[in-house]
Amino acid sequence: MNKMNKTTKQNMVTYAIVIIAYIIVMLLGVTGHISSLMEGLLVPLCIYVILAVSLNLVVGILGELSLGHAGFMCVGAFAGSFFSMCTKEAMPSGLRFLLALLIGAAVAAVFGILIGIPVLRLRGDYLAIVTLAFGEIIKNLMNVLYIGRDETGFHFSMKDSMALGLSPEGKTIINGPQGITGTPHDASFTIGVVLILLTLFMILNLIHSRDGRAIMAIRDNRIAAESIGINVTKYKLMAFTLSASIAGVAGVLYAHNLSTLTALPKNFGYNMSIMILVFVVLGGIGNIRGSVISAVVLTLLPELLRGLSDYRMLIYAVVLIAMMLFNWSPKAVTFRERYSLKRLLSRKETPDNHAAQ
Amino acid sequence: MKKFLSIAVASAMVAAALTGCGSNPSSDSTAPTEGTEGNAADSGASAENAAEGGAAAGGVFKIGGIGPVTGAAAVYGQAVKNAAQLAVDEINAAGGINGAQIEFNFQDDEHDAEKAVNAYNTLKDWDMQVLLGTVTSTPCTAVVEKTHEDNLFHLTPSGSAVESIQYDNAFRVCFSDPNQGTASAQYIGENKLATKVAVIYNSSDVYSSGIYQTFATEAPNQGLEIVSAEAFTADSNTDFSVQLQKAKDAGAELVFLPIYYTEASIILGQADKMGFDPLFFGCDGLDGILAVEDFDTSLAEGVMLLTPFAADAEDELTQNFVKAYQDSFGDIPNQFAADAYDGIYAIKAAIEKAGVTPDMSASDICDALKVSMTEITIDGLTGSGMTWGADGEPNKEPKAVKITDGAYAAM
Repeated sequence: MNKMNKTTKQNMVTYAIVIIAYIIVMLLGVTGHISSLMEGLLVPLCIYVILAVSLNLVVGILGELSLGHAGFMCVGAFAGSFFSMCTKEAMPSGLRFLLALLIGAAVAAVFGILIGIPVLRLRGDYLAIVTLAFGEIIKNLMNVLYIGRDETGFHFSMKDSMALGLSPEGKTIINGPQGITGTPHDASFTIGVVLILLTLFMILNLIHSRDGRAIMAIRDNRIAAESIGINVTKYKLMAFTLSASIAGVAGVLYAHNLSTLTALPKNFGYNMSIMILVFVVLGGIGNIRGSVISAVVLTLLPELLRGLSDYRMLIYAVVLIAMMLFNWSPKAVTFRERYSLKRLLSRKETPDNHAAQ
Repeated sequence: MKKFLSIAVASAMVAAALTGCGSNPSSDSTAPTEGTEGNAADSGASAENAAEGGAAAGGVFKIGGIGPVTGAAAVYGQAVKNAAQLAVDEINAAGGINGAQIEFNFQDDEHDAEKAVNAYNTLKDWDMQVLLGTVTSTPCTAVVEKTHEDNLFHLTPSGSAVESIQYDNAFRVCFSDPNQGTASAQYIGENKLATKVAVIYNSSDVYSSGIYQTFATEAPNQGLEIVSAEAFTADSNTDFSVQLQKAKDAGAELVFLPIYYTEASIILGQADKMGFDPLFFGCDGLDGILAVEDFDTSLAEGVMLLTPFAADAEDELTQNFVKAYQDSFGDIPNQFAADAYDGIYAIKAAIEKAGVTPDMSASDICDALKVSMTEITIDGLTGSGMTWGADGEPNKEPKAVKITDGAYAAM
């Protein structure tokens, strides 16, 4: 372990947290100590962790604000779910789900590139505005999209399901606001955890690679980065597209966890995008491990507070504010540094330590 | 700091957008942080404690309820929750079902499929035996998948989409969407209300577009001509002048509104301003229009709606229910409340018919109830002589009511 450098060690801790959490949950599951509520929450937890980690790449590492993460999730969800519906009978479920994940990732990545090419060339907070609009457009587009299939092939319409002109044997797959119903239940906690680990592996390795350093250089000082010959647009696009495609994967997982997929403002609207942003901000912008933890805590909290009935919302809001202060207020930061667990455990002399005392 | 500023600005922008399109049943306009969350099961906490003791005694049926009590569709969930609680209290006061008392635990789903599944799992941990829910269609479609897996008896008061009860363990109290669309077209055709019909519907809403599609399919069979069919979405539900103008230009004699009452109240106001005065015809979503705040009820004069329940009906059952509901909760019950009330009594009747006891497992109860459910006949608030088919659909006559002198009157 001593030979590992500090970042590798830190990354290992992040992976270890996920793996240990997985083992604990599995042990609890085998011994029957897990409630139905927790069991039902496991896959959503994976989804939100993946979303938070992928958004952190854009917000924390690239330093751009994206408010359309739910839009990419939506695109991935519909693409993956549509594929699964079409090949429901034709393929074994394992292979079908793997392909659905890849398709969801690819389609979301294409949209990421389409949005990124014009917008990432601009300076300022344009990305926030455009992604916000993108999320809304996608949601509304899905609500007027009708796709059906019969023996002659696919039928598309933007009007209503009658306009599809399906033969009697035909089946409507995407039915406007009713979305897709009957997506096979392929998602499982194990697949979710594998996807989290893959996401972490990709993003952590990207951050600590040459490309990642270029991306962070752009975040810290764009002019300096340009002056040493970094292709700003290319690296921005790289980070943004990767983030979008991972959000697409989370969407596929989401679609295959519930039997019904509709593009409601609740699940794919700006509320959702902001919620993911809240995970990222509270976990620490740029801190991948923090995103994992805050996504888990903030998803679990409202469900665990159900017992408090009417006070649930109030407590949740108070916790959000308290976490925000603890994470970001300068006083709290000094306090944390002075009394950090690490420092108390190993009283090594460091310049900071000296100053603190 | 700059990052913070931008987030703050963005949040403010979103907040502004939220207030812009609030108060619409189909758009959930809770604030961002609330989005992760809503509030819960009030009856849950108190019921839970009582239930712990009751279950041990083996004399308590545990009925769970799921529906939105926060968020934009909260009106419906709240009505179902209140009315179901009312029915449960009545039954308990009268000696329970075959001597066994009922515990009722209602969980919030915020009108979201994912939260509905969470709520369902919470109820499962509570050892629910029968589910009355969910209130809205999309969450119901997600939950029915779970109840089917667990073989748990599932009766939805108001989940009207076809897929909401696609399995044999699921039944519903309300009409299905296709049923309403077809029934509306037949009613208009048979009573010769009009031949030129315009439709304004919400294309982003399952309920609305579902009814529109079946209405449009049935209309030609009834000699109706749809002269204009204009859609709006959850994001554009404040101005309907374009849709109304098109309906007017096309010479529509009747405007069919398969939508919820919030938008309908705006449509009626705007139609009045432009001097367009056709017949307005709606479905059960229009129920509640007279209770909209700041709405001039004289505008709704002559509006017809197809609904199984009218709060001012003369029969004793309805009057008692309305009175009890008003005494307990202070407002006039809507159709959702009536559906839930009937739902609890249907469960009671099915349990009595099947002779199941509270100590049986949820799965055994389900097997017994899905047979007995098709054998019972209920005289309820939403129809007399209601029966159920094995497909879970209720058989009852739709009633049309007309708004006269600021009140619903049967036609």
